[in-house]
Amino acid sequence: MTRATPPAAFVAAAAWLRGQWEEFTSLWRRSLQLRVVASTLALSSVMLLVLGLVLQTQITDGLLRAKTEAATKQAFASRDQVAAELVGVDLTDDVVGRFDNALNALANPLVGSDGDAAVSGAGTFTAVLVDGDAGVNPPHSGLLEEVPDELAADVLKNQPAQKIHTVSRETGEVTLVAVGVPVSTPSRAVQLYLLFPLTSEQQTLQLVQNTLLLGGLLLTLLLAGIASLVTRQVVTPVRQAAEVAERFADGHLDERMPVTGEDDVARLAVSFNEMAGSIQRQIRQLEEFGALQRRFTSDVSHELRTPLTTVRMAADTIHDYREDLSPALARSSELLVDELDRFESLLGDLLEISRLDAGVADLAVETLDLRGVVRTVVTAVRPLAAHNGTEIELTMPDSEVTAEFDQRRVARILRNLLGNALDHGEGRPIQVRLGADEHAVAVLVRDFGVGLRDGEGELVFNRFWRADPSRNRRTGGTGLGLSISLEDARLHGGWLDVWGEQGVGAAFRLTLPRLQGTELVHSPVPLPSEAAAEPVEPARDATQEPHLTTVLHDTYEVPVREGVGEGQR
Amino acid sequence: MSGMKPRVLVVDDDPALAEMLTIVLRGEGFDTAVVNDGTRALPAMRELKPDLVLLDLMLPGMNGIDVCKAMRAESGVPIVMLTAKSDTVDIVLGLESGADDYVVKPFKPKELVARVRARLRRTDAEPAEELSIGDVAIDVPGHQVTRDGASIALTPLEFDLLVALARKPRQVFTREVLLEQVWGYRHAADTRLVNVHVQRLRSKVEKDPEHPEVVLTVRGVGYKAGPP
Repeated sequence: MTRATPPAAFVAAAAWLRGQWEEFTSLWRRSLQLRVVASTLALSSVMLLVLGLVLQTQITDGLLRAKTEAATKQAFASRDQVAAELVGVDLTDDVVGRFDNALNALANPLVGSDGDAAVSGAGTFTAVLVDGDAGVNPPHSGLLEEVPDELAADVLKNQPAQKIHTVSRETGEVTLVAVGVPVSTPSRAVQLYLLFPLTSEQQTLQLVQNTLLLGGLLLTLLLAGIASLVTRQVVTPVRQAAEVAERFADGHLDERMPVTGEDDVARLAVSFNEMAGSIQRQIRQLEEFGALQRRFTSDVSHELRTPLTTVRMAADTIHDYREDLSPALARSSELLVDELDRFESLLGDLLEISRLDAGVADLAVETLDLRGVVRTVVTAVRPLAAHNGTEIELTMPDSEVTAEFDQRRVARILRNLLGNALDHGEGRPIQVRLGADEHAVAVLVRDFGVGLRDGEGELVFNRFWRADPSRNRRTGGTGLGLSISLEDARLHGGWLDVWGEQGVGAAFRLTLPRLQGTELVHSPVPLPSEAAAEPVEPARDATQEPHLTTVLHDTYEVPVREGVGEGQR
Repeated sequence: MSGMKPRVLVVDDDPALAEMLTIVLRGEGFDTAVVNDGTRALPAMRELKPDLVLLDLMLPGMNGIDVCKAMRAESGVPIVMLTAKSDTVDIVLGLESGADDYVVKPFKPKELVARVRARLRRTDAEPAEELSIGDVAIDVPGHQVTRDGASIALTPLEFDLLVALARKPRQVFTREVLLEQVWGYRHAADTRLVNVHVQRLRSKVEKDPEHPEVVLTVRGVGYKAGPP
């Protein structure tokens, strides 16, 4: 049938079927209850089928045996009667008439149905009397054609026999028990056959079959229902537990399972609640630690900053009068002021890192044009770059590049990246490229300076790590800038990638999702290693080491609180 | 001569810092008074009537925020907070409790002096100027704001903010421009200053601060005055 249907309809039907099947398999996998009910149904059906067959066979056998026994008994009784009827009768002429009389006599004392059918202890029967010696087409009385040949053959050998067989009558197929006995008459060998229709037995059997079928069906459904109910008793608390666990995982730490009774389900609930309580306690403890850390950070901040402010003001006041001081004292005041600047930024960075570590850093997200931030930072860095003799090339799209981000943090990241590029750029131009796509915005800061040696890409984000300790830091970096930047990027759900090659340069790329809470999959600006075809700087020595790229994407998926460098594999 | 000097009340528990502040401010031509305890800050303000208060947020006795609220409740004196906290929450809390501006420790003397001067700045020869936004009338030289004859008490900063907006009724002011005009910041500064003080101003001049008619927000740009 499906072959005749057009391919489109066939495909649609197949798809629908597949959909249904998938839905079913998914339900099958998910629902323990469904599986238990289905197994119960299958097993009980098999069991009931076997039981039904055995019962039916037993009943059929019993019925047939009883019928056959009664029939045989009746046959012997009838034989004697017929033999008596035929005694002394000459069978040479009008054999059939004689036979008819004999059979009538057989039927007469009984309440006959319609002349040739008789009733006995074995039920109604019809009789057939045959003159067995007459060869083909012997003279007979009754429906000889309903007597099976094999039975006739047996009886002709002077043996009583019986056989169950089916004949066609006007009313339809009728199964009969045919019993044949030889009747000994003085002159001829005559056979008497009694045909007992099994109609009532068949009816009984049909009734039994129907009862079995109906009973079996009802029993199966009942069993399925019971299985469903029983599993529900077990599954409901399990589902409840799952729901409670889900809500618990969503942060509702006060969720508990109701405990009723002392059974296994109650034990599950008690254990679950104990676990939940323990987790809640630990989370509370962690929260307390967090709060403590926050307090500590704030206290240290205040305690350190107040004296630092005094020292700072004193130093500045002295510095203002340096012209009145001796050269040594004047220089000392300059050093004092400069180092205080460093001390200050170091203190600031340390406090920021400790806040980030404690997880108490808050993200003040606004929807802003990233170009504005990039422009501001580049403008702020330009004087220092000019002092260095470094050019900053800024490439930005003409249209707005809006995203949700924390202006202060992103500006800090960019300042750090630019400061880093200035420190290691060897005075060569620095490229800043801004790009965006539908889901993400990215800023690439590329320098053509000393670059990174093999393996150093994994270290740049480590706290206080320096590529070359002998290098001086013109921008006064604290050694924490890139670590903080990485944490800031993570806080946004963004990436901070690095690429570097010794003697060629380095590139840092900040990628941020346009909408907070969305996961990054692709950065709109390629790293130099990703854009091999891009002629960033031509005339590169072919013998150079292969590009080193540290891609940190994987590490951002989990908020990492341990050392920044450890997550970079 | 010394009577003409602007007087700054320094409220700080750290004696060294308080003394250093005194040295720097005196060097810049200010008259100073120091209290080391939050509880004594309010009586000192009543007694000395300073032109400006430098208030450390972390104080023994009485929390700096509470001191700020108490001072603001009875005076419009400019208050500049000294805070060691660069945490967003603390600064916003300080501004909401009535401080006009803040300086984060450690600060440079010049930075502090610039903040103090900006808050003390008075355009002495103001022309007789009557401005209005809606039914709010502003008497600029008299430093008076009235609605239907009833006077509205504004701090000098809130007054300056309202005047800046009212003078150019059609212009939309970005937060950065307001920071420069009202607070005297020449470089980009904390725009939360503007947000917080616009809220404070609205709570005083608007009939319904939820639906402002005097100080309107222009989404994505800044603020402007309502129709005159």
